[in-house]
Amino acid sequence: MTLPADTPQQRERATTIFEKSVPGRRAFVPPGLDVPEIPMSDLIPDRARRASPPGLPEIAEPEIVRHYNRMSRRNFDLDAGFYPLGSCTMKHNPKLHERLAGLPGNARLHPAQRPAAAQGALKLMWHLQEALGEIVGLRAVSLQPSAGSHGELAGVLLARAYHEDRGDARRTRVLTPDTAHGTNPATVSMAGYEVVKVGTSGDGGVDIEDLRSKADDTIACLMLTNPNTLGLFDRNIEEITRIARDCGAVAYYDGANLNAIMGISRPGDMGFDVVHFNLHKSFTQPHGGGGPGAGPIAVSERVAPYLPVPTVVRREGGDPQFDLDFDRPKSIGRLRGFHGNYGVFVRSYAYICSLGAEGLREASEIAVLNANYLLARLKEVAGDALPVAFDRICGHEFVLSGAPMKRDLGIRTLDLAKRLLDHGYHPPTVYFPLLVEEALLIEPTETETRETLDAFAEAVGAILAEAAEDPAIALHAPYTTPVRRLDEATAARRPVVRQPPT
Amino acid sequence: MPDASYPENLRYHHEHDWVRVEGDEAVFGITWYAQDALGEVVYFDPPEVGSSITKDTAYGELESVKAVSDIHAPTSGTVVTVNQQVVDQPEVVNEDPYGAGWLIRVSLGDPSELDGLLDAAAYRAYLAGISS
Repeated sequence: MTLPADTPQQRERATTIFEKSVPGRRAFVPPGLDVPEIPMSDLIPDRARRASPPGLPEIAEPEIVRHYNRMSRRNFDLDAGFYPLGSCTMKHNPKLHERLAGLPGNARLHPAQRPAAAQGALKLMWHLQEALGEIVGLRAVSLQPSAGSHGELAGVLLARAYHEDRGDARRTRVLTPDTAHGTNPATVSMAGYEVVKVGTSGDGGVDIEDLRSKADDTIACLMLTNPNTLGLFDRNIEEITRIARDCGAVAYYDGANLNAIMGISRPGDMGFDVVHFNLHKSFTQPHGGGGPGAGPIAVSERVAPYLPVPTVVRREGGDPQFDLDFDRPKSIGRLRGFHGNYGVFVRSYAYICSLGAEGLREASEIAVLNANYLLARLKEVAGDALPVAFDRICGHEFVLSGAPMKRDLGIRTLDLAKRLLDHGYHPPTVYFPLLVEEALLIEPTETETRETLDAFAEAVGAILAEAAEDPAIALHAPYTTPVRRLDEATAARRPVVRQPPT
Repeated sequence: MPDASYPENLRYHHEHDWVRVEGDEAVFGITWYAQDALGEVVYFDPPEVGSSITKDTAYGELESVKAVSDIHAPTSGTVVTVNQQVVDQPEVVNEDPYGAGWLIRVSLGDPSELDGLLDAAAYRAYLAGISS
C-alpha cells in the first residue's frame, strides 16, 4: 500500500482537557439530596465567595480517562526504557513499594492525626531515621526537608545557627567547589551567605591549595558533593574536612551521589557535620518533574541541637512510645507543614529493609561496576569523538566531552541527545557540569542489565557513524517522538505558561 | 549564525570577552567563541548605568538555553550605557556578537589595563590551545 504524499504522519495534536470541555457535560451525577438544604450564604459569607464559577472543564468520565491515558503514553519514563540521566539516579522502583505505600494505614493516614493514633507511621519514621543515620555515620536525623535542595538549605541554616549560638558573627561566606551540584551555590545565596568558589585539580578533585588559601575565619561552611559531579570520589576527602574544621567551618556533604558509597564509606567517618539524602534517588521513589521527593539530613552532635522542629522520637516506656518532640529550644524551627512526604518514607524504608546492609552495599558496588563497564564500552565505540573528561576509575557516573564530536563531525551534544530519543533512550544529562565542554553526564544505575548497557553503547556508536556520513540526520532529530525538536530559545525568551480556558 | 571571526581592531580577554576602545571609553561584548559555547542566549542581566566594574570580575549575566554565565569585565571602569536592544532581543548576541550584540559601554578607569589584553592573533592561538 502506498500512502498519498500529503497523508498526515504526525499523531493528533496534544490538546488540553479544557479544549474538550462541553457545557453541561458531567462525569458523575450525585444522588438526590436527602437532608435539608442550607443556603450557601449561611455556610460561607458572601465576601468569601467568588462572584463567578471557576473555569473547570466539563467532561465525561471516559473522555477524562482517555485524555490522561493518552498523555501517559506520550511520556517516557523509567518503566518505558533506559534513563541514564546523570546525577538523577533513575534506578528501578520496585513495585512492592507501591503496594506498601498504598496500604490504607499508610495512604489514608491524616497528617493532623494525634501521635497516639499514628504510632505505626511514627515507628516507621523513627526506624527510617535510625537506618539513615547508620548509613552515613551521623546519628541525629530530621526527615522534614522535602528535596535535596531543601536539605541543603536546612544544612546551611544549621551552620548559621551553630555559629550564631557561639557568638561568632564574622562568618558570612561558604566554600563551594566548582564540581559541586548547581544547587549548592543557589542554597548559599538563599541562606544569605556569599559563595566562594574553589577550583578543580588536574585529577578532577578539589584543588587543595586553592581550598587552603580560602579557608579562613570568615567561612561558615564548606559544601562538597562527593562523589562530585564528575562522578569522582575525592582522593583527599579527609584532608578537605580537616581544612574546613581547622578554620572553624561546618562541613556539609551533598549526598545526591550517595548511590556510589552506600555501605562502603560514611560521610560521618570522613569528618562531615551534615549530610543530606535524596531518598527519591538513592532509596527508590518514582521521581522527576518536580516531585514528590524527600531530602532528610543527618548531622553531627555539635549541630544536632539546631535540627528542625519537631523531631520523631522514641520514649522508652512512654505513652505514646513514638512521639513528635517540639521541646527543642535551639531549633531553627519548622521547615514545612507537617513532617515530610510520608509515602516516600514508606518506599525508602521498604527498600532498606528489602536489601539490608549487604544488599545496599551490593547495590552501590553494582552501580559503580555498571558505570565503569559502560564507560569502557563507550571508550571502544566513541573514544575519539566523546573522550572521558577525567580518565580515572569512576563512581556511579562519568562525564564525556562532546568537543571533538562537534569539531570533527559537526554535531553537538544536544544533537546526539536528540538522536538517542529515536533509539528509544532517555538522553543523559547534557551541558552539565559546566567545567567540561559539550558535557554528557551518564549514570546507568545498578538496575540495568549488561545487554541494556551494550545496546546503549552501540546506539551511541551508530549515531556517530551516521553523523560521519550525514550530520544532518542528527541535526534534525528526533523523528519518532510525539513532537519534533522543540524551540527552547523561544520558549525561554517568550514563555507562554498559561493557556486561557476556551 | 555567522561564521567564526575575531576582528583585528578588538582586544580580547581570556574569559572570552572583547573590548573596542573609543577615546576615553570602551565597548564590551562577548566573542564568537563565547556565544557559540553558550548556545542561544535568552536573557541578559546588565549592570546599572553609573555603577563601577572591576577588571576580571563579573559585571553581569547572560543566560542561554544551557546555563547562566557570568560575564567578566576585561577592564575596570564606570558603566555609561547598557545595550537595551540586547535586553529586549538577547538573540542579537548570537547573530552579531561584535556589532548589534555589544553589551555595555564604559568610561575607562585605568587605560593601562588594556596592555594586558590579547590581540586577535594571540586570542586565536589561545582558543587553539583550549580545543586541542
